[in-house]
Amino acid sequence: MSAAQPREGSGQGALVFPGVMLGAFFVVPFGLMIAVSFFQRVQGGFYEPIVTGANYARFLSLFFGEILLFSLGLSALVALICLVVGAPFTYALSRLPRRAQVPWLVALLAVLSLSEVIIGFSWSTLLSRTAGVSNLLVALGLMASPAAFTPSFAAVLLGMTYQALPYCVLVFYPSFSRLDPSLGEAAETLGASPIRAFLTVILPALRGALAATFVVVFVFALGSYLLPQLLGRPQHWTLSVLITDQAIYQSNMPFAAAMAVFLVLASLLLVSLTALFGARRTESAA
Amino acid sequence: MSRLFFALVGLFLAAPVAIIAGVSLNAQQSLVFPPKGLSLRWYGAIFTDADWRAALLTSVSIAALAAALAVLIALPIAYALWRRTTVAGRVVQLLGISPFVLPPVITALGALAFWSTVGFYGSPFTVVVSHAIFFTSLPLVTLTLGFSSIDREIVEAARTMGADERAVRRTIVAPMIRPYLVSGFAFAFVLSLNEYIIAYMTVGFTMETVPIKIFNALRYGYTPVMASISVLFVGLAALIFGLVARFGDLPKLLGAWERR
Repeated sequence: MSAAQPREGSGQGALVFPGVMLGAFFVVPFGLMIAVSFFQRVQGGFYEPIVTGANYARFLSLFFGEILLFSLGLSALVALICLVVGAPFTYALSRLPRRAQVPWLVALLAVLSLSEVIIGFSWSTLLSRTAGVSNLLVALGLMASPAAFTPSFAAVLLGMTYQALPYCVLVFYPSFSRLDPSLGEAAETLGASPIRAFLTVILPALRGALAATFVVVFVFALGSYLLPQLLGRPQHWTLSVLITDQAIYQSNMPFAAAMAVFLVLASLLLVSLTALFGARRTESAA
Repeated sequence: MSRLFFALVGLFLAAPVAIIAGVSLNAQQSLVFPPKGLSLRWYGAIFTDADWRAALLTSVSIAALAAALAVLIALPIAYALWRRTTVAGRVVQLLGISPFVLPPVITALGALAFWSTVGFYGSPFTVVVSHAIFFTSLPLVTLTLGFSSIDREIVEAARTMGADERAVRRTIVAPMIRPYLVSGFAFAFVLSLNEYIIAYMTVGFTMETVPIKIFNALRYGYTPVMASISVLFVGLAALIFGLVARFGDLPKLLGAWERR
C-alpha cells in the first residue's frame, strides 16, 4: 500500500445515498412494524399508539401455535425434498460442459422469478378436473374419469417444491461448480459407481453447504404467502398466509405485525445457524 | 441414468407451463386442456383488452423504475466496499441484502405500515420505492462480483501514470462493471415484474399490476388471458435471462469459478 495521503477520500461518501434510502425505507418501516405489533387495533382503521401485549397474547394461543408448528414442518419438508432432488441434480448439472449448463440456468432462473400468483394458477390448473393431468391419465386408460387433486396437502407440497427447487439448485450451484472435479473422478477410477462416489465422496465434502442450503431453502419456503391459500384448504394455511390475511382482509395490522415479528425471529434464528455453520466450515478449512 | 434424471426434472419444471400454454390456446372462453380449437386470440387480447394492457403497462413501468432505483442504491455500496472495506460499508451492505433474505411478507407489511402512517398509501411511487429496496440485493450481488473482477494492478498502474479517481472510474471501473450493472438491472426488473405481495400491500387498492390482476381474476372469474399473459411472462423472463447469458457469463454470474 502506498504511504501517500489519498487525495480524494476513500469513496466512503458514496454510502450516504444508499444509507439514507435503506434507512428511511427499510429500517424505519421495519421498526414501525415492530412498534405497531405492540399497538392497539382500531376497527376500520390501522392502529392506535396505545401499548398493549394483546397481539402477542393472542398469538401464543393453541390455535396459532399449531399454525406455527405446521408452517415450520411444511417448510422443513419442502426443504428436505428440494435437498434430496436438488443436490444430485446440481452435481450432475455442474459436471456438464459449461455451454450445456446455460440453458438449464436460464430455465431455472425463469421458473424462480415466476410470480407466486402464476405458479399457484398453473398448478391449480394442472391439478384441476377440467384441464388437469388426470385427463391425460384417462386418455391413457390409467384412470376411469378425470378428478381434481386440489385443494389438498399434496398440492401445496408440490407447488411449494416447484417454487423452491430452482432456488435450492442455484444456492447449491457455486459450491458444486467450484468442487474439484478430480474428487469424483478419483473415486470412480478407484472403482466406485457414480452414485456411490456421489454419496460417499461428494456429499461428505459438501456437508457444510448441505446444511446451509437446507436452512436457506427452509426460510425461503417459510416465505411462501399464496400457494398454501391457492392450492390448499384453510387448515393448510401457513404463517405467511395468515399475516397477509390479517393485514388485508381482517384489517388487523397490529396482530399481523405481531405474527410478522415472530416470523422474523424464526428466520433470523435459522439464518444465524447458517452463519454458524459457515464459520465452522472456514475454521476447519483453515 | 443421469439423462433420465435431467428429463424428469425438466418435465417437472415444464409441466405447469405446458398446461397453461395449452389452456391459453383455447378458441372459446374456457379453461380446458387439451384445448378445444386452436386460436391465438387470447394473446391478442392482452393488448386489445384495455384493462390487461393497462396492467401490463403498469407492471413494466414499475419494474423499470424500481430496477433503476435498485441499481442506483446498490452501485455506490459496491463501489465504496471496493475502495475500502469499512464497518459502515458492511452495515449498509447488510441492510441492502436483508430485505430479500427475509420472507417477503415482512417487507410488504413494513411498507403497508410505513406508507399508511406517512400518508402516501396507494400512491404509485410507493411501490417503486419499496420494490427498489426489496430488490437492491440483486444488483448488489452482481456489482460486488463485478468490482471483485477488476484487477487491482490495472488500477495501481493507472494511478502511477497520474490518473485521478475520476479518470479511474471512467476508463477502468465503468467499462468493467457495465455487464454486471446490466444483469443486476435485468434480475431486479424481472423479479419486480412478477412481484405480488409488496405491490398488493402498497398500491393494491388503487392500481392493478399483472400479478394483482391475475390474482383478482382467479377469485372473481376466469379468463384465458390469465394463461396467455402468464405464458408471456415466462417467455419474457427466459428471453431476458437468455440475453444476459448471451452477452455475459451466466455460470460465473451465478457463482461458478472463472472459465478454465
